[in-house]
Amino acid sequence: MSIFTEAITTAFSLIVNVDADLVEIIGLSMKVSLSALFIACLLGLPLGALIGTRDFAFKNTARGILTALMGVPPVVVGLIVYLHLSRSGLFGALELLYTPTAMVIAQVILITPIIAALSSQILEDLHEEYRDLFTSLAVPPPQALLTYLIEARYSLLTVILAGFGRAISEVGAVMIVGGNIDHLTRVMTTAIALETSKGELALALALGLILLLLALIVNFAAQQAKSVLSVQRYGG
Amino acid sequence: MNCTLLPITTDKLMLKAGRKTLLNNISLNITTSGISVIMGPNGAGKSLFVRCLHGLSQPDSGRITFADEVINQYHRKRQALIFQKPVLLKRSVKQNLEFVRSLHRPDNSASIHAALKNVGLSKLANQPANQLSGGERQRLALARALMLRPEVLFLDEACANLDPASVAQIEAVLRQASKNGQKIILITHDIAQAKRLADEVIFLHHGELCEHSPAKAFFQSPKSEAARAYLDGQILV
Repeated sequence: MSIFTEAITTAFSLIVNVDADLVEIIGLSMKVSLSALFIACLLGLPLGALIGTRDFAFKNTARGILTALMGVPPVVVGLIVYLHLSRSGLFGALELLYTPTAMVIAQVILITPIIAALSSQILEDLHEEYRDLFTSLAVPPPQALLTYLIEARYSLLTVILAGFGRAISEVGAVMIVGGNIDHLTRVMTTAIALETSKGELALALALGLILLLLALIVNFAAQQAKSVLSVQRYGG
Repeated sequence: MNCTLLPITTDKLMLKAGRKTLLNNISLNITTSGISVIMGPNGAGKSLFVRCLHGLSQPDSGRITFADEVINQYHRKRQALIFQKPVLLKRSVKQNLEFVRSLHRPDNSASIHAALKNVGLSKLANQPANQLSGGERQRLALARALMLRPEVLFLDEACANLDPASVAQIEAVLRQASKNGQKIILITHDIAQAKRLADEVIFLHHGELCEHSPAKAFFQSPKSEAARAYLDGQILV
């Protein structure tokens, strides 16, 4: 049997048998990534809106930094978070190292720039389109901002999905700050890395397939939600 | 409705972009209600002039006053501008009007149903606005502007590229708005439309005010050489 066939069989078996360890790992993966995504949206969307729709000094510098941060290596983020959360670090007293919270923090740092940078571009384009109209209508700035977010909802959903994709597939940072501890901080990606290092390639690949399936399900659900919202908005 | 923003006055309005003078010393006094049509060749500064009057662009120097007061937020909230290319929210026709109604305005009790009926869009209330035709989009923009009950309504080539039926529909609404006491200031290249609508004509060329006359006098015997050439269909440079 080829390794791919074995991987597919193993993946199928893990799903059908509702493997308890697998369920736990998937649960933690989703919990960590969705929590990070939620926080990153709370931070990134207003930041993106600020950069996209406001004029201020060093705006281009801010945009450049944000864009550069999109490509920051996860292991570097992991290392920085590790240094701050370790016992001798600035936040060592909080004892967050090797906890899911530490993993969430690392992922928030990784995906916030993605959400902020991509949303700022979308909102800037929208601002260009609506600026004169909103000035003419004397739309108060908070309402204008809210309108931009509503108008760009479908494009922003794609941005959010990109952030989720980065979070769920990330391994370097969560490995460093989470430690890949069984029943505590083990997520899909760190489990795949572990099984690969053990030489259990079929199991690693099976977990990879399940991770891929998971990402597809989330994306499909988001697209469905988008369609439903669209129908509701136009009433038919 | 009585337009309380008259007279509309500009005093030595200047606007430059680099070395190019876009508006050159425009002094104008619009005292009467009705429809004022701004005409002139491309690049004459018509749109920019209207943007300045509406507060969207700031002149480098000069003064704009409404009812003898320097333009301020109070005046701006009593005006509306319809752009050549209507900008609509990506929502239904009705929701575009609801958005305007939700804004804090002196009188926001206007009925959406009546506004849509006024421009003949009642049947399209639940259609996505971005699926409307050019004429329908512009009529929606007109309905949206009129919902604000502006005392002064600016239109920047709002009928350009529309079919005759849509133009006729928009003109009928404008005439009614004018009868209701709303001041209409309309930019158009369409001489026939100007003849149909104008009570007075403001003619700009190269950013300068060439003529400001009652419509009849303007079309019968334009005073300026540029206006004469423009009405004769000559290319103005």
